[in-house]
Order: sequence, then C-alpha cells, then structure tokens
Amino acid sequence: MDPTSTLLTGAGYWNPLAWLLGLLVAFIIAWLIYSMGEKGYKPGTAQAEPFISGNKEPEMKGEVHVRAGNLYWGYLEALRGYYDRLVPLHSGNLHDYILWYLGITALFLFLVVIFP
Amino acid sequence: MFWNLPLVAVVTLILIALAIIVFKKNLIKVFLGIVILESAVNLFLITLGYREGGIAPIYTNAPPATMVLPTPQALTLTSIVIGVATSALLLSFAIIIWKKYGSIDIDRIRRLKE
Amino acid sequence: MIPAFIVTHSPALMIIAPLVGAFLSPFICRISSTVRSIWVGGAMAVTSAIALILALNVYSAGTRLYVFGASTASAAIPPDSGGIPIRIIFEIDPMSALMLVITAISGFAIIVYSLSSERSHTGLESYYTLYLLMITGILGMVSTGDIFNFFVFLEILSLASAGLIAYRIDGGVAVEAALKYFVLSTIGALAILVAIGIYYGQYNALNMAMIAARMQFSVLDQVALVLIIAALAMKCGAVPMHFWTPDAYSMAPSSITALLVVASQASLYGLFRTVFTLYNVTLNAATVGWLIIILGVLSMVVGVTMAIPQKNVKRLMAYHAVSQTGYMLLGVGVGLAVLGNQSLLDAFGYMAMEGGIFHIINHAMYKGLLFLTAGAIFLRLGTYNLNRMGGLGHSMKWTMVFFVIGALAIAGIPPFNGFASKIMIYESVFVFNPLLAVIAMVVSILTLASFVKVFHSIFMGPALPEYSEVKEAPMPMLAGMGILAVVVILFGLFPGIVVESLIAPAAHALVDQGAYVAAVLGGV
Repeated sequence: MDPTSTLLTGAGYWNPLAWLLGLLVAFIIAWLIYSMGEKGYKPGTAQAEPFISGNKEPEMKGEVHVRAGNLYWGYLEALRGYYDRLVPLHSGNLHDYILWYLGITALFLFLVVIFP
Repeated sequence: MFWNLPLVAVVTLILIALAIIVFKKNLIKVFLGIVILESAVNLFLITLGYREGGIAPIYTNAPPATMVLPTPQALTLTSIVIGVATSALLLSFAIIIWKKYGSIDIDRIRRLKE
Repeated sequence: MIPAFIVTHSPALMIIAPLVGAFLSPFICRISSTVRSIWVGGAMAVTSAIALILALNVYSAGTRLYVFGASTASAAIPPDSGGIPIRIIFEIDPMSALMLVITAISGFAIIVYSLSSERSHTGLESYYTLYLLMITGILGMVSTGDIFNFFVFLEILSLASAGLIAYRIDGGVAVEAALKYFVLSTIGALAILVAIGIYYGQYNALNMAMIAARMQFSVLDQVALVLIIAALAMKCGAVPMHFWTPDAYSMAPSSITALLVVASQASLYGLFRTVFTLYNVTLNAATVGWLIIILGVLSMVVGVTMAIPQKNVKRLMAYHAVSQTGYMLLGVGVGLAVLGNQSLLDAFGYMAMEGGIFHIINHAMYKGLLFLTAGAIFLRLGTYNLNRMGGLGHSMKWTMVFFVIGALAIAGIPPFNGFASKIMIYESVFVFNPLLAVIAMVVSILTLASFVKVFHSIFMGPALPEYSEVKEAPMPMLAGMGILAVVVILFGLFPGIVVESLIAPAAHALVDQGAYVAAVLGGV
C-alpha cells in the first residue's frame, strides 16, 4: 500500500506522481521564460486591445464565438462517404432496433453453434 | 414424439411473437407480440417442470406418490408477475404517446434519431 | 467498530435498505420537502454505507456467501436436498465487491445532486421510489449467485429505469425514448429467461456455481450462451445494438443518465459473469473472445465517430458512453480469448482484463461526472443544444472545472484515471494484436477532439448577452459532482494502489471459476 507505487503494465510502467513532478518542472521553466518578458505596457492604448487579425473588436460579443456547428466541418466533409452510410442507420425506428438485435443474436448463433 | 409437443408449441409461439413484433406497425399489436413471447417463455418453464405421474408438492394429506419440484412453477409465477408490470408500463407509454403524438404507428414515433 | 450483526447480514441489509426507502417514500415524501430530502438521502447513505462495509469485508476476508432462509448464512446446501443448493444465494466475490463500490459511490453522489436538481419538479416521491428501486436492482444483479434471481433484479432495474427515462415526458419524446429502451430490454430479458430455462432443464439447478460445476457446453448451452451474450451486450449498449442508448441517455434527467451508466455496467458485469463463471474454459474461448473483441472495437469506433457531429450535448456524451464501453469489452475480451492458456494469460491476459475492469469503475465515475455537469448546464440554460451555448466559463466556473476533469479523464490525458486504465489496455492489447491497440489509441484521440469541441462551444468565448443572468449551479449539485471529481483525481494519482487492492483481485476472481464454485459447493 505504498502511495507512490508504480503501476506496471506488462511492457511499461506508469507513475503519476513522477509525471506530476515532471509537469511541475516544466511549469517552472515556462514561468521563468514568461517572467523574462516585457514588464510594462500602457493601458488605454492599442497595446491593451485584443489583436484580431488587425480588425476592430466587434460590438456584439456573440459574433466572435465559433459555435459548435461550425467546428470539425473539414473532418466531416472528408469522411462524408462514411457518415452518409453510418448516420441513416440510426433511424429512430423501433423495428430497426429490434431487427438489429435479433439479427446479431442470429449471427452469433451461427458463429458459435453452427460454424465450428 | 408426443412429449415434445409442448416444446413445439413453445417454438411456434416464439416465432409467431417475433413475427408480430417485427412486422406489425401498430404499437399495441407489438405489445401483444411481447405478451405472446412472455407466454411462450412461461410455457417453456412449465414444460420443464412436468413429470409424468408427479403430484403437486403440498404435504398436507399428500397421497404416496412422487412430488414434482415446485421451482419451475415458482419461476413461472414470478415471470407472470413481472410480465404484468411490463405490460402495464408499456401500455401506459402507449397512452402518453397517443396523447402527445396523435399516433401509435411505429414509423411515426421517431422524433429521436441520428 | 461496526457491529458484527451488520457485517454478517450486510448482503440482505443492502437490498432491504433501498427497498424500505423506496416503498415508504411515497408516504413520507408527502410530509414536506425537507423530510423528503432527509429520508431519501438517508436511505441512500445507509445503503451506500452497507454496500461499502460489505465490499471492504469481501476484500479483506475473501468471498462472502449469504444464503437466504437458512439458519446460518453459510449453509449453502441443505442436508436433505441431495447436494443441490436450492435456496437463493448471494455470492459476493471481489468482482461483485468492485461493482458494489461503484454503485455506492455513484448512487450517493447522484442523490446528493438530485436533491437540488429535481427540486422544482413534481412527482418527486415516485422519482425517488424508482431511483431507490434502480439501486436495488443494480446491487442485486451484481451480488446474486442465483441466475433466476439475476433475471428478477434485471427486470426490476429495467422497469425502474424505463419509468425514470420517461419521467419528464417532454412532449412525449422522453416517453418515446423509454419505450424504445423498454421494448428492447423486455425482449432481451425474455431471451435471458429462455437461457435460464435451458440451464434448468439440463442441470436441474439455478445456482450459478452449481451450473458452472455441471457445465457440459452442449449445443443447448451454446444457444443459451449466445442468448445471454446478445441480450446483455444489447443492454450495455454495444454496437450494433446501441441504438437505444443515445435516445434513452439524452432524454432521461441528467442525474438518471449518470445512474443509467452504472446500470449498463451492471449488465456488463452480468455478461462477464456468464462468460467467465458459468462457462470459463469449457467454451470455445477464441471464438467467443473474438466476438466480444469485435463488439468492443465496433463500439469504440462507431460510438466516437457518431459522437463528433452531434449537436445535443447529452446525445454526444451518450455516444461516448457507447465508445467507452467498447474499451471494457476489448480489454476483457482479450482476456477471454486467451483463457485456458496460462502462459498467455500471465503475459498479457490478466493485464488486459484488469485494464478493462479498471475502466468500468473509471468510466462510471467520469461519465457520471460529465452527465451531471450537462445537467447543471441544462438547469441554468434550459437547452442541450451546443449551437446555442457559449461563454459559460465566465459564470459557471466550478462546473467548468468539473467538466474539464471529466473530459480529460475520458480522453485519457495523464494524470487522470482514464489514462491509467487505457494505458493498461493499450500495452496488453498491443501484445495480443497491435492493430487493436492502434484502433483504441485513435479512438482516444477522437474522444479528445470531440471533447475539445464541447468544451470550446460551452465554456469558451466571450460571455454571451443572452446568458448574462446565468449563475453557478447550486451547492448540492456541485457537491455531488465534487464527490465524483475527487474519486476521478484520486484514482488517477494513485492507480498503483487501486489496481493492486481493488482491480487485480476482481480480475483474478473472475478468471478463477473453481474458487467461485467451491465457495458454494465446498471444494468439488
């Protein structure tokens, strides 16, 4: 019951506490680099404004937010062939659900009882 | 041959029930299919407990004959009780769906999909 | 410290406590809302405490047997029965104890959450009655040693779950979800009943240990095996029988969805118990093992790819639940595929099974946590639609923290608990078949991608004007989420202890059929 014990996973090992120690060191290095940055800036000037590709910050804040429907458009477009087949299977029709269940049972019966 | 007759009935009933469940569009008919399936399984359990010449396992004034083990009967009774609860819940779902959707056609009960 | 009476009778008390709580709550909950909270909270706390006491006892003292109706708890075989254990027996080995721990923690955290999240709804007495019946069903399923008793608890669980999924009617849509779930689970349960009949007809016994001792693996046994595997795989949401899962999970109240996750793990437990305890080496391990592995891989891939385009946050999480179930099936399936070959089992089989079983408890914790955060968001926003959310990180900071913990855990980011179980699965499955491990890793990456999307669209961005009034979730809900989050972090930080003390005994108990049988029949 050693709290620092390492989890052996056959081929490898995993010790979260050692990993956290590494993470802490990484954070300290990051903080050191960060603390070497420029200290002062002038509030109220362009220095303090967000940089949105040189455009003005929009008045309506909601316009800035990228909504969920726009994310992963490229991924979905690239896999369109896969999704066009997969999504219609989820038809919402109770008969389809039952048929899938009965079909899988029949398939397993074939594979386990008859096939070998 | 004759002893297998109840089992033949069980298989026939199960097939009939599955056909009803899969092919009927009306929700109530599908529920009836489920009830038939339950009855088929109950018949199966009862058939397993049948012993020729066995008597009911009631010790009071029991004649000197072999008693059957009451386990299958107990199972069937439990299964019937569960079946009643199942049917009641299913029918109450049908009532609400009828009220809210105005239809109990399975092809039209599909607002949840994809 | 704990009275010996409670320890001795804990298996019975564990079932009695929620049943008493359930059947008295329609009366007691009418008194006032405070009394209701105390009553149901107290009933669940007592149940969890007893279940944890029992689990602790099993882990320290070995497999526990509890015979109902006998003069002593260990008299499994009555002297005049001809060697057949005819009474209902609860047999709690470390695998069951693990499931008890899961149920105790989740059940308690979720009821704390429910006390606040459901406050404004009507019909709460039936809500809590059904909730406690669900707990009864789960606890009974995972601890019974009698296969017909397993069916009865399975049906209690299905009935209560279906009632709770339909609880919010929601213009009939919730009822539609409950209907789909319940029709499927009724047909599945009847298939299990046929299988039970087959066992009874062949072996004249309903006790799992007795059936296991007499198992022949005849054609009828093969049919029974398939009926049980298919029905329980459907009930735990394995692809391609998962279609009810997103419907039911998305329409149930969020607290119930978190409990449905535990319920589906109980079905998974039943599946593993059947395969490992009833059949074990008699079955065709390679065929059945590969069937379960293929179900697992399909669940992982289809689940995660269906999750990515979802717009409804709970539907998305439900598809992830399907995907995560795949990991458990994969891990344990690999263990099953090499069953009977001791050298392969030692080399990676046990590790794969431990990974799969560890993932069960991890998944119950972090997926429960995620569903609870979704419920908190719904409480404040009134929508599950991701397209209408944004900028909540400004107002719901604690919910965001809990969501991040859950999301990182499910995506397998160190040092959270999901990583610990996934690395065990990856490394052991890689030895078995590298392709499977690669698929598992890709699925994990897609999971992360999907949760980045959810996190961004719910919490990131500027505070939206339409949600300027939104406040943090109320305290009891945060407390419920907090319990699960703490467990997630602790399991992530100390996986060595957890695996050593909880998971490894469970995996070995599952494989060791002889010990399970001997506990009842006394060393046959």
